[in-house]
Amino acid sequence: MSVELDVFVGNTTIMDKEVYQLWLNGYTVNDAVKVRIEGGVMEECEASAEVLLSDTMDQYRTFQMCERLLHHPAKLANQLLFQIPPDRQAMLIERYYAFDDSFVREVLGKKLSKGTKKDLDDVSLKTGITLKSCRRQFDNFKRVFKVVEELKGPLVENIRQHFLLPDQLARDYAAIVFFANNRFETGKKKLLYLTFQDFAFCAGQLINNWTVGAVDNMMEDMDVDLDKEFLQDLKDLKILITDKDLLDQHKSLVCTALRGKTNVFNEMEANFKNLSRGLVNIAAKLINAKDVRDFFIDLVEKFIEPCRSDKWTSIDVNLYLTHYTNSAHILDTFKYYAVWTRTHLHAVVHLMNIRPDV
Amino acid sequence: MPGKLKAKIVAGRHLPVMDRASDLTDAFVEVKFGNTTFKTDVYPKSLNPQWNSEWFKFEVDDEDLQDEPLQITVLDHDTYSANDAIGKVYIDIDPLLCSEAATVISGWLPIYDTIHGIRGEINVLVKVDLFNDLNRFRQSSCGVKFFCTTSIPRCYRAIMVHGFVEELVVNEDPEYQWIDRIRTPRASNEARQRLIFLMSGELQRKIGLKVLEMGGNAVVGYLQCFDLEGESGLVVRAIGTACTLEKISTFPATATYPSNSSPSKDMKEPGFGEETPGVPLSSGPPTPLRAQTFSSFSPSKSYSRQSSSSDTELSLTPKTGMGSGGSAGKEAGPLKALLRQQTQSALEQREYPFFTLTAFPPGFLLHVGGVVSARSVKLLDRIHNPDEPETRDAWWEEIRQEIKSHAKALGCHAVVGYSESTSICEEVCILSASGTAAILSSRFMQDGPLDAEHRFEEVVSPGCGFCHIPYDELNIPFPAQLTYCYCCRHYKVPDVLFTTIDLPTEANVTGKGCLIQARLCRTKKKAQGEGNATAISNLLPFLEYELHTQLMNKLKLRGMNALFGLRIQISVGETMLLGLASATGVYLTALPSPGGIQITGKTPSDITYEQHISNMQKKINDTITKNKELYEINPPEVVEEIIGSPIPEPCQRSRLFRSHSESSDEVSELDLSHGKKDAFVLEIDDTDAVEDIHALLTDFSIPAGFYSCNTEIMPGIQNWTSAIQMFTSVRVFRLNNANLTNQGLNKIFSDLCENLLKSLYFKLRSMVPCCLCHLNFTVAIPEDELIQVAVTAVAMSFDKEQSLENGKQSGEKTLIKAITDEQLQFNLELNAETSSSNPLSSPKGITMEKASPLPEGRSRSLRSNRSYSGSSVAVVKMTPLSFIPGAKIIRYLGIINMFFIRETTSLREEGGVSGFLHTFIAEVFAMVRAHVAALGGNAVVSYSMKECVFMENPNKNQAQCLINVSGDAVIFVRESELELTSVQPQSATTQTSNCGEGT
Repeated sequence: MSVELDVFVGNTTIMDKEVYQLWLNGYTVNDAVKVRIEGGVMEECEASAEVLLSDTMDQYRTFQMCERLLHHPAKLANQLLFQIPPDRQAMLIERYYAFDDSFVREVLGKKLSKGTKKDLDDVSLKTGITLKSCRRQFDNFKRVFKVVEELKGPLVENIRQHFLLPDQLARDYAAIVFFANNRFETGKKKLLYLTFQDFAFCAGQLINNWTVGAVDNMMEDMDVDLDKEFLQDLKDLKILITDKDLLDQHKSLVCTALRGKTNVFNEMEANFKNLSRGLVNIAAKLINAKDVRDFFIDLVEKFIEPCRSDKWTSIDVNLYLTHYTNSAHILDTFKYYAVWTRTHLHAVVHLMNIRPDV
Repeated sequence: MPGKLKAKIVAGRHLPVMDRASDLTDAFVEVKFGNTTFKTDVYPKSLNPQWNSEWFKFEVDDEDLQDEPLQITVLDHDTYSANDAIGKVYIDIDPLLCSEAATVISGWLPIYDTIHGIRGEINVLVKVDLFNDLNRFRQSSCGVKFFCTTSIPRCYRAIMVHGFVEELVVNEDPEYQWIDRIRTPRASNEARQRLIFLMSGELQRKIGLKVLEMGGNAVVGYLQCFDLEGESGLVVRAIGTACTLEKISTFPATATYPSNSSPSKDMKEPGFGEETPGVPLSSGPPTPLRAQTFSSFSPSKSYSRQSSSSDTELSLTPKTGMGSGGSAGKEAGPLKALLRQQTQSALEQREYPFFTLTAFPPGFLLHVGGVVSARSVKLLDRIHNPDEPETRDAWWEEIRQEIKSHAKALGCHAVVGYSESTSICEEVCILSASGTAAILSSRFMQDGPLDAEHRFEEVVSPGCGFCHIPYDELNIPFPAQLTYCYCCRHYKVPDVLFTTIDLPTEANVTGKGCLIQARLCRTKKKAQGEGNATAISNLLPFLEYELHTQLMNKLKLRGMNALFGLRIQISVGETMLLGLASATGVYLTALPSPGGIQITGKTPSDITYEQHISNMQKKINDTITKNKELYEINPPEVVEEIIGSPIPEPCQRSRLFRSHSESSDEVSELDLSHGKKDAFVLEIDDTDAVEDIHALLTDFSIPAGFYSCNTEIMPGIQNWTSAIQMFTSVRVFRLNNANLTNQGLNKIFSDLCENLLKSLYFKLRSMVPCCLCHLNFTVAIPEDELIQVAVTAVAMSFDKEQSLENGKQSGEKTLIKAITDEQLQFNLELNAETSSSNPLSSPKGITMEKASPLPEGRSRSLRSNRSYSGSSVAVVKMTPLSFIPGAKIIRYLGIINMFFIRETTSLREEGGVSGFLHTFIAEVFAMVRAHVAALGGNAVVSYSMKECVFMENPNKNQAQCLINVSGDAVIFVRESELELTSVQPQSATTQTSNCGEGT
């Protein structure tokens, strides 16, 4: 004896936020029912486990039917099958595209390929996020990537328009797309202290300053790729370290400005040439795709770590970089003013900012 | 050549990929009407084609316009092989044929395929130019308006109610034609869909002709059904009530609330059109007859009581109405009889004095006798000429005659709330008809102004008049106890009233109502032909009797005395019969308070047994007390005196129970708080009875904040918010154990219904406080060992602050005072207005703020989550009710009557049976909404799913489902928006009179 068929269809599609979240999290129906029972919804509504099971299955089915539409959020608004109020639609989309920071950290900068997808069970094990949820998040990244990859114009705006995401989420996706496209390495042990939001901030800075779109929105090219010309130009900055006069001049300018303003002045002065070489070398190498991938690891190794071993605070780093940048402007023979400005080194500070003590 | 149909194909969107290579589609469209077909150009390589075609023009007879649907087929062009069909759209152009309905169909309509479901949408424009045809012998009936609504539609007023119209057409079922063996399932499904569209059109046209003959211009309460008889054919039949309607063109600018004494004025009141239907009732326990057809009557008892005008309940009745009603009634006695005769003769001229209406213009329904019903078992393989309608016509005629004679036996000349239904299993078909015997005023039935004469009819107090017995006291067709009416104390009323109609708006009701269901399952032996039919015929009377007993017990258990909207459905399967009776129980103030239930054991000597009995008795008494509190039934205590000699209770014989009335002294011991009524006695003479009583008591109680009814309105709730949620829920239960006893089956069936209800309450918990209205259950036995239950209803939330007007006493316990000052003030203001005009509302507004059944904070916040359903672009509301709370229907755009078949050969891939049906129902909703939107409407009222035939074959990974839905497409305007445009302080009054107000 069994219920063979059990459906409920409302003229306005009923969707329970809590169940939706459980579904998104990849819970099986039975697990979801358990969670709901523990949540106390039964006592609250005088329901039985049976009722809860029926409701959960029904909701899961509804979500599965909606999933197709959620892949193209714009369709959700003009499809006829489900009558869903606009605020609910927004909620559905936002939650569907939401992701776990711990998950994104695992795949950030990786190629969004089948190979990566195959490894998701490891990610699932490691993060404790269900495989189902991992797959959804991964597929979301890939879908967004595929759509905006070919689009012209500002990346964040494209994502927001095509996927109807709220601003912050669109920015996060822009970061994910940007990282995936440039394949920045983020998984090395030395980078593990950085959160997704740290990287997302950097991505935002890079998108705003280092891409073609950054200088000219009307350009044919897009936000996802770094501006090749700019990278080429960065090579010219080498003069800052190869020309001994310039290097000394730069050092004295920076040191003059810093004197008395920090507790680690001596270390700054002692390390100036090392640090400057490190930074400029990273910049000069960026024309090679391979070195672009190692951008963050290089920054950490060549700049952050020396600072850290000298016990600089993030305020110190900030101060140092401000003067480091500004002083270059005053250098007599330094003519790469525009390029220099665009490097926007302050982004680096952020790498330091979050967990200065690690 | 009296009509020109024009269609233009604008564009498509979301088309499926038909060419795997390019991931695109080369779509074009065929537009077909009758035998003429036009094609658009191919729009290559696009999933969103822009055809922007010319106007395709069809010059056709208006007869064809009525019968044929416009058929639009979207295809994928293929150079080398046959073009692939993407899907079809059928457009019923009937709404365009009536000047007052829609003028153009324009919008995005889903492209539907019977195998794949919805596959994208198409944007079309359809118009009709009609030329006047004055030919008297015409075959068309363009211009006759059709309404599914079973009351006078809200923006019309009735000039005349002509009466019953019916028609039936038969055709061969394409599924059973020889060609079906060689054609694809898709072709077969499409042939069937198209045929039913054609037959519905033809049926409507023929009914329209009858209406024109009668001099009417509209059909109200149009009920169309189809019977899949199998080999013998496919029957589409319809019944309705022919009326002459007049559109109310202006908004009620100067209207005042109609006073009780002059209903005729009300009629002309523009405000009337939107009043909630009022309805009268009657009761009847079925008296089984031996024959194949049989019917039921209602028994009643009566009591009189003394007046004590200070009682709450009495104060609810407008004093003036009562007074004048009484005195005028006496004077008018003889005159009235005369008039009744007149009316009667007017009605008798008609073949069938039947009305499918369940709610009536004020003053139309005078008295209600009780439920009348008739059933008959027929064998489909005995039809001599299956392609002709004669045999079926004769069958229905037989049943209708039966109904008519039952009504007569109840002293009534008319049957209201009339409906017909069938249940088919293999070659056996049960035909059923039921209605409520009633006496109607002649006002709407005769030509010419008879106003003066009619005056006296109106004096009957509207709050209780319909309860007064129509039959002769000394010549009652069944044993009954009569009392003087508890409202006016001038006329006799029965002790219990069963009816198939809605609760009349003007009725005086104490407390709230609730859904009452009786469920029954009876096994039967597998049999063939005649033997099978006889076996079923023999079972039916018992089934009906037991259903009735159950209803009666449950009614008493809730401390109520009347049932409205009673619908008894009997479904036949190969090895069992299912009976489901649903109704809304209420406490009619005019009727005596019901006695309690007393159980007696058979072997009083056994002490433990006696203890057991007394335990049960205690439980029953507790339940009654609890229910009275729950439903706020606090009739004033009155001293009663039984008039005359009480007629002995009907001795209803049954295996299980025996009911008889005991003198009050005997019961007084047990009958704690139920007045000195005779208790309803249940005798426990075997274990079955014990279980039945047990089942009675274990009925699931409704969660706090929920109410339910199967009628249009819920007594005691007036202040609806605009949040409504229509839904359909279907469950199929498999009985794996073939050796179930009747009791076991009963329990399973009852649990199935109860669990379904529980799920509904849980699903809709965010709408609390809310009422599930128009809960319509349909049961079926799709195959052996399967029970299918389908429910369609609407959940409507209400503001609880004002909801319990009568709850002075019981409300106290649940009071919650967490109401902000502003809210309180608002309530009081509104209430002050209400009480002056609404006979149902308490005169003491101050009591209201206390009457919250639920913790305030929770329900508030939950509901606010849902308040989105406002005025966003393409929202189409659907409701089985005839009104939309907080809104005014300003225009009816035509009837929606759609029939779909869906089939799959990949059941597992589509999510199993549940996934398949879930998608299909969602698709049906989507198509209904799209067609309504294309007509320019924003809601469907009186929506119903009349058929949901589901068949599966999981082994073959196949399933098929047929769904038939109908309703009225309308345009509504929010009351709040109306207020902005029309400057009248009227709205508050109108609102309360509607019972449908949102705040």
